Amino acid sequence: MSSVKQILLTPLFENNPIALQILGVCSALAVTTQLSVTLVMCIALTTVTAFSNLFISMIRNQMPSSIRIIVQMTIIASLVIAVDQFLQAFAYEISKNLSVFVGLIITNCIVMGRAEAFAMKNPPVLSFLDGIGNGMGYSLVLIVVASIRELFGSGSLLGFQILPLIENGGWYQANGLMLLSPSAFFIIGFFIWAVRSVKKDQVEAREFRMASQSTPDGAF
Amino acid sequence: MGLRRILDDIEPHFNKGGRYESWYALFEAVDTIFYTPSKVTVAEPHVRDGIDLKRVMITVWFAAFFPMFYGMFNIGFQANSAIVAMGLEGSGDWHEIIIAALAGHDPSSIWDNFVYGAAHYIPIYLVVFLAGGFWEVLFAMKRGHEINEGFFVTSILFTLIVPPDIPLWQAALGISFGVVVGKEVFGGTGKNFLNPALTGRAFLFFAYAPQMSGDSVWTAIDGFSGATPLSQIAAEGLPAIAVATGRGLSWLDAFFGQMQGSIGETSTLAILLGACVLLVTRIASWRIMLGVFFGMCATATLFNFIGSDTNPAFATPWYWHFVLGGFAFGMVFMATDPVSASMTSTGKWIFGALIGFMIVLIRVVNPAYPEGTMLAILFANLFAPLIDYFVVKANVSRRRARGVL
Repeated sequence: MSSVKQILLTPLFENNPIALQILGVCSALAVTTQLSVTLVMCIALTTVTAFSNLFISMIRNQMPSSIRIIVQMTIIASLVIAVDQFLQAFAYEISKNLSVFVGLIITNCIVMGRAEAFAMKNPPVLSFLDGIGNGMGYSLVLIVVASIRELFGSGSLLGFQILPLIENGGWYQANGLMLLSPSAFFIIGFFIWAVRSVKKDQVEAREFRMASQSTPDGAF
Repeated sequence: MGLRRILDDIEPHFNKGGRYESWYALFEAVDTIFYTPSKVTVAEPHVRDGIDLKRVMITVWFAAFFPMFYGMFNIGFQANSAIVAMGLEGSGDWHEIIIAALAGHDPSSIWDNFVYGAAHYIPIYLVVFLAGGFWEVLFAMKRGHEINEGFFVTSILFTLIVPPDIPLWQAALGISFGVVVGKEVFGGTGKNFLNPALTGRAFLFFAYAPQMSGDSVWTAIDGFSGATPLSQIAAEGLPAIAVATGRGLSWLDAFFGQMQGSIGETSTLAILLGACVLLVTRIASWRIMLGVFFGMCATATLFNFIGSDTNPAFATPWYWHFVLGGFAFGMVFMATDPVSASMTSTGKWIFGALIGFMIVLIRVVNPAYPEGTMLAILFANLFAPLIDYFVVKANVSRRRARGVL
């Protein structure tokens, strides 16, 4: 049981796909201006990761190694098309907001990475849970980023006005930078900084270290 | 030597194991403001020089006083002129309480203008200094590095490139971003690859674009607006430019700084006086300044020759580019930041020329931004290490070809 818990929870902070592995950052920049859109994206990605892991793990012993990437891609692409169609049918507005980014889940490094790294070596149920866990790790970062961006960029959360804007007679002046993609870079950066100041083992060793000053003996 | 004795007496408390160990950075800062640091180089070679980083920074700080004092006068002059022209009572906000206690609103009185400007500038400076200083001290204590006088420079330069009517909370937010993201996350002074003051300004530029992008003029008075000279040029060409009160703007007006704008950037003359201090003390690089200047001249002249039927900004001659917007201030104080600029002599020329080129390019060709000095310098900052790399490589291969290596 502890391994199930581990598979579900380590991707949150200890091995977060965005904060530690720096995967899937492009969609984290693109879909995080509104929290509602982000939530849909998170659900879509978690679903795709979980089921692609499940199916790939089921046929992992039948798959010839030389064409495994193509097979994985086929499974992932089919799932993404299913999710995309589902969104267009039941949540058309949000699907328009997400535009190409649902389709781009196919190329999301997290989905591919988990299929290659986990599903190919583990039984189906564990792989499914691993997909859920990594989807949650991704969702955690995206929800944090989107909450900050929507709150400070538009003064609202999930569309509800929290900070009344000056244009509407309130006091809050919207921060335009938060509506531009680079702000997500800064927020993800701060998130990684926060995680690493708690979990010191994630800090990489320094590539360059300044040499100490030479002593008088060493100078000759 | 009473002060020295006091400092020596309390020093043990701040050393390792002392009661106020974590405050050592603050103690060290106070100590070295008054006395030369006691740490010395132990190994050869020794280079003896009366000037250290602290003195370098303080000199830049003094050089920035020229545009600062002129800026304070000019804020008042512009605002008081507008008040008289519009028949207003005063500045229309809380500043008026301070101003009314000390002076009137006569635009021909130097005192009145100066008080008006100081009442706007000094609160901005205090807020910037406290907010930025807070982060500086916090990081120094946590990271165990010294509090660096670079912050004096960052803070004064930052206040000089913001509009005089900036809300104080925006000033605090801008400098916090500049110090933390522009400098401290990379390890503090000497390790930042962007100019921290400009980083803070860029944050405000993108966050509060309608107020900050330089489309409309900044005068420290409510309900007064108009287009800046640069956006007038972008819209209608050089002959159309006028100060917002309706009078035409002559080149000499612009050179002396008789126009609205960010606090310290209006007077090219005051900035050039500051440049003299920096060049005589050899603190700022003349190569960078000349590089920026010639890069700007060449690009502006090139655009003059190309010409354009639809974009009147193409016709702006170099001597107008020189006196408008943030060009002079950027050239003298921002581009020459020794940390974020190129290090090699050839690299400094290229670095400067790149800035000059980009400034004119953004001003003339980009329809979204009338002013490009800040973006041009930040852009060149990113390229500075690359420029140095190629200059060093070129030198290596030249010497190898000569057979010396």
